[in-house]
Amino acid sequence: MAKLKQGFDLTDLCFSLQEVSFSMLTETTERALAHIERDEVLLTGGVAANARLSNMLRTMTEDHNAKFFVVPREYCGDCGAQIAWTGILAYESGVMTDVNNSFVIPRWRIDDVEIPWRH
Amino acid sequence: MVLIKKGAEAELFLETWCEKKVILKRRTPKSYRIPDLDLKLRSYRTIHEAMLIHQAKLVGIPTPLIYLVDTINSTIIMEYIIGKQLRELANESSELTLKPIFLRIGRSIGKLHSSGIIHGDLTTSNLIIDPQKRIFFIDFGLGKKSLELEERSVDLFLLKRTLNSTHYLSADPFFSWVLPDISSTGPLQTRLPT
Repeated sequence: MAKLKQGFDLTDLCFSLQEVSFSMLTETTERALAHIERDEVLLTGGVAANARLSNMLRTMTEDHNAKFFVVPREYCGDCGAQIAWTGILAYESGVMTDVNNSFVIPRWRIDDVEIPWRH
Repeated sequence: MVLIKKGAEAELFLETWCEKKVILKRRTPKSYRIPDLDLKLRSYRTIHEAMLIHQAKLVGIPTPLIYLVDTINSTIIMEYIIGKQLRELANESSELTLKPIFLRIGRSIGKLHSSGIIHGDLTTSNLIIDPQKRIFFIDFGLGKKSLELEERSVDLFLLKRTLNSTHYLSADPFFSWVLPDISSTGPLQTRLPT
């Protein structure tokens, strides 16, 4: 935001943000691939709709002689349904939060999340 | 140049340089990143790793000598440590020989952590015991400066996991020798010494 106020072009900033964050994702995938010695990568979820991310991962897998797959675009937009379904399960298990008390927890550890419907 | 290890990020070569056996660590370009970002990341990480190796020395932890840092080719030329990896040593030695070594490893990790250095990849392959019984810490490629408890515990957790998975012995005795030693050194330091 500070850069934008300094007069930098919005599209340039968005492109930079995308390049940096996708490079991070690709590098993490690369480390995982090398570490566990696998030869296949499958990209799913909302991010699978992004052509740049697919390209980066494809280039990376080619460098490691691994195969790359990406789900068809029509199956990429399922996040809303996942969130809604989790909401239904939480509601049915008695997990409720007032709108006033709801906020974002950016560093919520996945092993700290209560899942009462699994007990 | 003999390739001795190819990691996800860098290649390690064994080379002769100024009549010395040296390790040449080169971070290879990544074709999936745009060249500007790729060059910036590789040179930053090269400098950062050399700095961590140096800072570990300042608190008395043996690490390889740095002979050359080449940011343009993202290459570090460093001392080749002759010795045995802890991974090999732990498998072929008795508990009696290992106990003093593990006590010293525990103290060394304590020194690194209380001076704000997180190793980042503390496996039994990254600890080398030389013929003079010095314990060398190598490969700070994933290291960082941090005083967070969580970062420290990730270091210890990884060491415990590698001990459990690659050795016949359970890691528990190693940790039980070291833990009373740690608690006797007083309260946990969470601020950098000035």
